[in-house]
Amino acid sequence: MAASAAVRSSMGLTLRLSRVIPVCSTCPLYRLNICGNSAASLQRRGSFDSIRTINRHLQTSIGLYQIEEGSSNAEDPDDYVVNIVYIDRSGQRIPVKAKVGDNVLYLAHKHGIDLEGACEASLACSTCQVYVSDAHFDKLPEPVEREDDMLDMAPMLQENSRLGCQIILTPELDGMELTLPKVTRNFYVDGHVPKPH
Amino acid sequence: MTGHKLMFKGLKLWSSGRATWINRVHEGVIVRGSGKAFFASCNPKICVVGSGPAGFYTAQHLIKARQDAEVDIYERLPVPFGLVRFGVAPDHPEVKNVINTFTQTAKQSRCSFYGNVNVGKDVSIEELQQAYHAVVLSYGAEGNRTMGVPGEQLAGVYSAQNFVGWYNGLPSCQELNPDLSCETAVILGQGNVALDIARILLSPVDILKKTDITQPTLEALERSQIRNVLIIGRRGPLQIACTIKELREMVNLPDTRPEMVAADFNGVAEALKDVPRPRKRLTELMLKTALDTPGEKEQERRNKASRSWGFRFFRSPVEVLGDPDSMRVVGIRLAVNRLEGEGEGARAVLTGEVEDVKCGLVISSIGYKSVPIDPSVPFDSRKAIVPNNMGRVQHVSGLYCSGWLKTGPTGVIATTMNNSFDTARSLVEDIDSGTLDVSISKPGSQSISALLEKRGVKPVSFSDWEKIDNAEMKKGEASGKPREKLLSVEEMLRVVQT
Repeated sequence: MAASAAVRSSMGLTLRLSRVIPVCSTCPLYRLNICGNSAASLQRRGSFDSIRTINRHLQTSIGLYQIEEGSSNAEDPDDYVVNIVYIDRSGQRIPVKAKVGDNVLYLAHKHGIDLEGACEASLACSTCQVYVSDAHFDKLPEPVEREDDMLDMAPMLQENSRLGCQIILTPELDGMELTLPKVTRNFYVDGHVPKPH
Repeated sequence: MTGHKLMFKGLKLWSSGRATWINRVHEGVIVRGSGKAFFASCNPKICVVGSGPAGFYTAQHLIKARQDAEVDIYERLPVPFGLVRFGVAPDHPEVKNVINTFTQTAKQSRCSFYGNVNVGKDVSIEELQQAYHAVVLSYGAEGNRTMGVPGEQLAGVYSAQNFVGWYNGLPSCQELNPDLSCETAVILGQGNVALDIARILLSPVDILKKTDITQPTLEALERSQIRNVLIIGRRGPLQIACTIKELREMVNLPDTRPEMVAADFNGVAEALKDVPRPRKRLTELMLKTALDTPGEKEQERRNKASRSWGFRFFRSPVEVLGDPDSMRVVGIRLAVNRLEGEGEGARAVLTGEVEDVKCGLVISSIGYKSVPIDPSVPFDSRKAIVPNNMGRVQHVSGLYCSGWLKTGPTGVIATTMNNSFDTARSLVEDIDSGTLDVSISKPGSQSISALLEKRGVKPVSFSDWEKIDNAEMKKGEASGKPREKLLSVEEMLRVVQT
């Protein structure tokens, strides 16, 4: 149920962002008749004759779906909203209203937070390392072995470190705070251990 | 007649004055009514030397932190990306995804790429400093530490750097032609580079065929007789420098079996209790591989394997042994060590014993090393870095450094990223505080381009690189590879000129 709602809202987002006329026949939501988008109902009713009609309906639904900064989407039920906070490298708190299913790395990019993802979420680097608030750390599923392997190479690894590209938001993560590691300004402490490469 | 001349002179002066005024407005100097000039700050023009991860991450951060900064990246080769292209192993393509981030940076309007420009030869650091408000040195570590033992010059002995450059298509390493017709290869050093090389030597060629490894390497590997690779370290298992991902790849390498010396691991399990997580997980995997009796399936797999690899600990090279007639390596003499102290700081101490190992290929993978670029730049030859304080080069204003040149040649992409952001932060701080004077306008690439043209140097732009990129990808399609790298600067420049 939550999954289909998540897909529904992400489809809405895709439509908003791409502004295209959706081809509904291949979409599982359409087939199961649970798609709320008016373009779909138009296609089902066979009113597909006029592209202009579709566009007009899309425009309307886009208007309906319009998200203002910081306000919740009128169409999405509150269960699917997950509020989290990013704390960036300068210590600034950035609250973000996100949704179930959002990926922490791409969500950060969407909100202009400078969380790097060098390998593009393929578990081949550690640049998206974040520190997870203690209250939520245990609510995350166990990391797969490859994530642990990558974390082992991360500078300034902590007990509550995770890779942002592997965190998918669920309702119980509401209130989670993700801190970006501060760039340490001191590279020459005594006893500096050469890092592997 | 004289009157005429005077008039002309006056006209000229007036028009040149006006032109100067217009120029100065463009540069941000606003001349008020009384004629007094009010200096706004000019667009900071910054030059980055080196287009690897350090260069690009520094540029990225500078462009983001200051909306008026213009960054020019200079690179010796016609192609960008440094070790991401020439160092990362061909079978680690996901690590190369960072190229997409760098491409985005290069395509920003305030960033320009100038490839095929050898800083230090085609243009001096001093000339760059005159043309730009700040120069950031990010040219990495192109040299290597040598073993410093007799026999190092024999045929069949290579530095890891050259070997990796060879299989990754670095133009200057294409004449290497290593002889892989021996049975045993010995690698000195146990870092990730050593493991990469072991893996490339032992991987089934069918796997490597689908990567961007070079064609000559594939042909050499197909003919290779190497069946056993020893990866040798001065100290013990608890000091090994590689990381768990690379170790796992060796353990899981198809058609190979691990062969370790159990005695090397005495006391290791007990010492693990208080060790930090990364070291602990790595050591546990090593212990399991070296000491545990494998399950039935794994035992069968090992029995069937045609190739083997293993770590050897507590050994330092003292001499490379050669055949006097062929001048080729036939073995290596190793001193046996014992450890003094514990943990990361433990030291290897000679015991006086030596051991000879028969082999036909010796690769020393004991560390990269930066080299000085220009006599005007301070260089610490002991540490092989440019002496600096948080990226600010000591005693030279307007000069910065980032990446391995700044901290020494260790670290993964994330480390270099932090390191580069740190230097960029120092630079921006200096602009904001006025320590770096950006009130005088600087010509930037305009004057450097003119200099280069006079010297017959043709810089390669980023869109020129994209031509090379497309040519390589197209060539790779024919053999099912992501790309077939062009292996010489001449070939690259030829593509650029079409």
